[in-house]
Amino acid sequence: MTISTQSTTVSNGVNTEALIGARGAFEQTPEAAQFTFHSTCDWIEGTFNRNTINSYFGLGQNHERKRTFTIEADHPEVFAADDRAPTPPEIVLSALASCLTGGVASVAQHRGIQLRSVRAVVEGDIDVQGILGMDPDIRNGFSAIRVRFEIDADASADDINALVAQSQKRSAVFDILTNPTNVAVSVA
Amino acid sequence: MRHIHSVIIGAGQAGLAMSRCLSDRSIRHVVIERGEVANSWRSERWDSLRLLTPNWQSRLPGFVYSGPNPDGFMNMDGITGHLKAYAEISRAPVETGTTVLSVTGVDRNYRVATDKGDWLCRNVVLASGACNRARIPGFAAALPEDILQITPLGYKNPAQLPKGGVLVVGASASGVQLAAEIAAAGHEVLLAAGQHVRVPRHYRGRDIQWWMDTTGVLDMTTREVDDIVRARRVPSLQLIGDHRIQFHDLNALGAAGVEVTGKLAGIRDGVALFSGALANNCALSDLKMNRLLAEFDKWAERQDEAGNLGVPERFGPTLVPASPRLSCDLTGGRIRTVVWATGFEPDFSWLRLPVFNGKGQLIHHEGRVAPGIYALGLPFMRRRKSALIDGVGADAGAHADHIMRTSGLRVA
Ligand SMILES: Cc1cc2nc3c(=O)[nH]c(=O)nc-3n(C[C@H](O)[C@H](O)[C@H](O)COP(=O)(O)OP(=O)(O)OC[C@H]3O[C@@H](n4cnc5c(N)ncnc54)[C@H](O)[C@@H]3O)c2cc1C
Repeated sequence: MTISTQSTTVSNGVNTEALIGARGAFEQTPEAAQFTFHSTCDWIEGTFNRNTINSYFGLGQNHERKRTFTIEADHPEVFAADDRAPTPPEIVLSALASCLTGGVASVAQHRGIQLRSVRAVVEGDIDVQGILGMDPDIRNGFSAIRVRFEIDADASADDINALVAQSQKRSAVFDILTNPTNVAVSVA
Repeated sequence: MRHIHSVIIGAGQAGLAMSRCLSDRSIRHVVIERGEVANSWRSERWDSLRLLTPNWQSRLPGFVYSGPNPDGFMNMDGITGHLKAYAEISRAPVETGTTVLSVTGVDRNYRVATDKGDWLCRNVVLASGACNRARIPGFAAALPEDILQITPLGYKNPAQLPKGGVLVVGASASGVQLAAEIAAAGHEVLLAAGQHVRVPRHYRGRDIQWWMDTTGVLDMTTREVDDIVRARRVPSLQLIGDHRIQFHDLNALGAAGVEVTGKLAGIRDGVALFSGALANNCALSDLKMNRLLAEFDKWAERQDEAGNLGVPERFGPTLVPASPRLSCDLTGGRIRTVVWATGFEPDFSWLRLPVFNGKGQLIHHEGRVAPGIYALGLPFMRRRKSALIDGVGADAGAHADHIMRTSGLRVA
């Protein structure tokens, strides 16, 4: 079955034409589709640290943004920290929510669905005995992650469910969390 | 070296249909087959397999099923016999027991080298099949050595497998059928399911294939889908050729004691790692099924005789286990066999022409590969049904017409 792309005046603020154009271009030159993202983390004090994010590599060259972004992380008081910023796992949850929410907007635009509001509520369960090294059978990371979407849009329940499903199918962070990745850590 | 107008490689349904279409147009040709007629159906399928498509749907140019049970499903002897009868009735000039070793260009002709001599011809039809090799992920090499690896092309029945657990990778028609059969034989079975397509055997009182055929879903052309690359990769339907089995899906397998988990994502230190995306793959599959059924309902509303059809139905969702396993230690001795039901690919290693893309896949437009080179039986080649028994005939006819036209031009 095809999903017809409607040319109505739906506007979710996503330029899907540009994205589809990019797909065409990458088919011709797959090298241009090779991106590398960076984040640089500096320790400040205790568990408090700050990431700065600016340049990335893609389309065969390095790109400098006009703005440098920062993401800080810390731990809450129950872990004897100062709670100056969210914990890294919470940042991971927010990355998942952002990725899926952006995906919902893009897919909705492509399918001609006008969104009025979208909210994703994410929860992740962690048994901290894992990070504390108390029980080797308990993993450090989330044992389960749940995302609940609340979406108000001009579409049937099935169409909305399809938006959310397609967004997961095409999400980088969903993939990162659901599939293993080789991680190499070295010391300069 | 022998000279002939056209050489067809392969005597499955594709090669036989092509031969028939060329004979109907009085074009001299030969069909070269490494085994016997219907070799793939004879030797590369498992014992219990029946076609997923009903008997009436094995229509080929100038040949239809005329037995007593049009709604039945042929077993492998049945389809082999069907194609043998077709070859005889069509007087297909098949050279059996002859393997094509290479196809090369010679001026504006082609040389087809075989283990029984060479042919020089203007046209070559690649009817050698789309399922010659199992498509196995690269990380298969990381499997512990004492685990038996088998594919649906080599699997015959559960007696081949050592005692113990079996990991079946892939949940298309092959994967679900093998998982169920192996579990019924008493093995512990773990099924890794990625993207899959769930459909009921019957809908509103008719076979699903009747719906796909009658409503035109199978006739859809490459221009009617918005992403042909994706459409060509859609896995086969979770079906079995048995009217008693309405669903051969993950729910049915779960009820039969098969443990279902996500797609096999990799193997690390002897441990199989599964994706945590099973729930979404099930949701996608349910949504897709419901969209298909809704299309059928819309079609039915437009028909006069809609009264003859049953009422619209909707089926419960796939029941996803609360927390499907994310890993399985393959060194512990519990899993003794891995079945790669991860899809198939053609083998054109003998085709020595610059007609492949960076991934080694054949480049073609509607099955036309290069002047004088034609393909048949590839997934969604011209229409959705191109790789099916029922679909290859129309493609063969189009190629035969093209060969007529281009031959005419060359003569002039
Ligand atoms: C498990 C399974 C179940 C299927 N069930 C159905 C179904 O129910 N209904 C349906 O419509 N379709 C079904 N299909 C799809 C399709 O009909 C089959 O794959 C069918 O075999 C394709 O026919 P073909 O003629 O294109 O290729 P094949 O049947 O594979 O025929 C190709 C022939 O070429 C020969 N050959 C290959 N290489 C050479 C060479 N180098 N030299 C000489 N000869 C060569 C082979 O020996 C073979 O005989 C199924 C496929 C599979 C794998």
